[in-house]
Amino acid sequence: MTIRTARPNRAQHFQPRLYCLKKLESILLEMQDTKSGVKGTEQKLNITTIPHVIAGNDTIAWISNKMKTTTEEAQAFGTMLVAYGYIYPLQNHKKLVMCNDSSLYRFQTPYFWPTQKWVPDDSDYAIYLAKRNIRKKGVLEPYEQAHYNHLHEWLNHKWDFIVMQAAEQYKAGKERKKPDRVVFDCQERAYWMVNRPPRCAHSAMDCGPERLIDPNTDEKTTFDIYRRKNMFYQQAIMRSKVKSSVSLGALVKYITTYKNHDPFLASCLPSNPWQTDHDAYWTLNMRRVEVPTKMRVERWSFSLFELLSDLRGRDDFKIFLKKEFSGENLAFWEAAEELKWGTSSSMSTKAETIFKTFLAPGAPRWINIDGRTMGLTVKGLEHPHRYVLEAAQTHVFLLMKKDTFFRYLKSPTYKDIQKKALNPEPHNFSPANLEQNALNRSPGIHPIILWQQEEEEKAKAAAASAPVDVKAMMSKIDRKK
Amino acid sequence: MQEERLTSSTGAEKCRRKIRAVTVLLCSLFYCEQSRETLESLKRESETLKKKLEEERNKLNDVELHQVAEKVEVLSALSIKTRRVLKGHGNKVLCMDWCKDKRRMVSSSQDGKVIVWDAFTLNKEHGVPLPCTWVLACAYAPSGCAIACGGLDNKCSVIPLSLDKNENLAAKKKSVAMHTNYVSGCSFTNSDMQLLTSSGDGTCALWDVESGQLLQSFHGHTADVLSLDLAPSETGNTFVSGGCDMKANVWDMRSGQNIQSFESHESDINCVKYYPSGDAFASASDDATCRFYDLRADREVAVYQKDSIIFGASTCDFSLSGRLLFAGYNDYAINVWDVLKGTRATILFGHENRVSRVRVSPDGTALCSASWDSTLRVSWSFSTGSNYIFVLGKQ
Repeated sequence: MTIRTARPNRAQHFQPRLYCLKKLESILLEMQDTKSGVKGTEQKLNITTIPHVIAGNDTIAWISNKMKTTTEEAQAFGTMLVAYGYIYPLQNHKKLVMCNDSSLYRFQTPYFWPTQKWVPDDSDYAIYLAKRNIRKKGVLEPYEQAHYNHLHEWLNHKWDFIVMQAAEQYKAGKERKKPDRVVFDCQERAYWMVNRPPRCAHSAMDCGPERLIDPNTDEKTTFDIYRRKNMFYQQAIMRSKVKSSVSLGALVKYITTYKNHDPFLASCLPSNPWQTDHDAYWTLNMRRVEVPTKMRVERWSFSLFELLSDLRGRDDFKIFLKKEFSGENLAFWEAAEELKWGTSSSMSTKAETIFKTFLAPGAPRWINIDGRTMGLTVKGLEHPHRYVLEAAQTHVFLLMKKDTFFRYLKSPTYKDIQKKALNPEPHNFSPANLEQNALNRSPGIHPIILWQQEEEEKAKAAAASAPVDVKAMMSKIDRKK
Repeated sequence: MQEERLTSSTGAEKCRRKIRAVTVLLCSLFYCEQSRETLESLKRESETLKKKLEEERNKLNDVELHQVAEKVEVLSALSIKTRRVLKGHGNKVLCMDWCKDKRRMVSSSQDGKVIVWDAFTLNKEHGVPLPCTWVLACAYAPSGCAIACGGLDNKCSVIPLSLDKNENLAAKKKSVAMHTNYVSGCSFTNSDMQLLTSSGDGTCALWDVESGQLLQSFHGHTADVLSLDLAPSETGNTFVSGGCDMKANVWDMRSGQNIQSFESHESDINCVKYYPSGDAFASASDDATCRFYDLRADREVAVYQKDSIIFGASTCDFSLSGRLLFAGYNDYAINVWDVLKGTRATILFGHENRVSRVRVSPDGTALCSASWDSTLRVSWSFSTGSNYIFVLGKQ
């Protein structure tokens, strides 16, 4: 566990960049423009009059007009301006939102705008709290009092300085005119409300853990970096690229193919479980259903990858391959996948089994790949590593993709399952039914249980399809005799 | 030789020494010239190569995405609503991931708590307290039997789940990945046995879960790496990562090589996500744009931005068909983009602080958004399916 100190060494860790600040500042300047900005009025607060006060609804209307957005979006944007401290509320100063009514706000002075250059210091906050304490004891809120006590302990070594500064600032403040003083107090209070929010309040100024590398400095380019860059560029230039019309066409084709299968674009039958609280959609599409749904079967025809990714589809494909007596390709592909994604320790044993079962001359499930690939693979198996079967696996996959897959789609196996596939009727629940559903949401089967079932089935299948040991069989027969 | 000369006149000796000094000075000057020249020439070469790469890319740039998209029909009006709010975290929710069973999910938060939920029944199945704060990354294993999480503790640990709700899972936690700075993202590969992590120390790494061994490390980013995503293709050998150096890099898992690199963002890239076909990916960045990159044509093909969107995008994900791109922003909203036309389809409000993660469920039926307001919200489309009269306020 890394122990994080309360005061990290700022030389090493950097605040994430606030790229949006510049744009926000330019918008604010436009808002404050006397002619085309938001209308400001004077407002009476107790005895003093505060100038340049704006109303919430005016601001939101201006934003909506300027950015050509809906009122809801404009309100959200206004709330962000308040949350970041560019505009502060006069009435309910603790709630940093912009309301679409006549509540009053003011623009914050640029001195107190959020900036990337420096972070609001703890000593500044201590001075502020001390100043408020001097003015009237007991005026601090409970969370502020807690902060004050903590800072008193933490900054004890410079507490004299802090108190002195607070007294100076208080004296200087007294010399100002009353309206200016009130305004400045409001501004300062708003600033610290944004930068030191009360506990459990959501603050927009939160920015996550600090970055290790300073994002504001420029990259120091040395020989090494240039050399690496040049090598990368050379390789990139040599790499084969596809014409945009071809690749973009493929992307569009993907979308068109899957359009009806996307629950955000088309309805799912019988109903979206989230919408109706009925999980029929999930039960009908489980791993080991007897009869799959029509949509699922249609999806298998999109690509070999889809067919193999859906384990139910893979089962159907295996049935077809069994009839054709060409199941070894898929079996090899599955074994190679297991090798690639398995644990490091099991690799050598798996590699050996695969060699004995699929690649050795005279192996029980010998796969028919070209001589060169076979040679490379066998050589690589002398020192097996995770990707030793990559070439052979790709070859086998391409073979299945270009030939076997299309034959499968035209086969009676596939046509049969297409005919048998279910087309569930869309649900038609009344509000009472929906309420019932909401109360009786089924917990389904836990994935751990499904995984255990799957492993058992795999073990059974492996035992059933294991190559028959002829010698053992013969010796058994001999013994019986 | 020197001994012989000792007795000779010092004048000649002085002269020789001066010549030696001048020669040394000239040599050093010459060397400086050489090294400056090499740096200069490398820089020039780098720039010419970069221009040449751009030319090569432009040669094949015969059509733009929005032109190809003209033939595609316009999206019908989307109506997406949030009807489930998962409350239970005490602090900002930083990350979430769906389980392959389409209803369970794992989420991690700033207070070190990792919770496994059944989002359909709103049941909290497990709550694992971790000793570190800011658990920035979490992932659900493909089998559904384990979860991985990591963050400011510079580690990524794997926790096996159990059917017993009362079991103390924290005791079975196993450290797998070790980095020298915070872990920003983690993902299982096609099985529970391998874990891919990205870190604030600028590297990504592939680990063997059982032994904790480092299988491959990926160097190339010059700043913190903030996100990674594995390719959903049949070969499954590549992944993309995005970082604070504004670059999105595509890596080959087998060799550790950086195959492709895209540098068009103007600020930190917070999230990268592959397109469902594996031939393209999207990135979300602090510069308030999301960009779409075509891997086969090797270039950026779309920028999703609007003048009214000023705050950074922190996360993105595609819908099942790839037509919609859901992006969560720091102004508390989720914008839904039409990937082909480049326009915004709709906007979702509701969160009270920035959206840290959006993820579409594995079968595409729902969208989950995690936020710093300590809640997770599940939303789905209401515009598809028959018109139901819903009881308002139902969760």
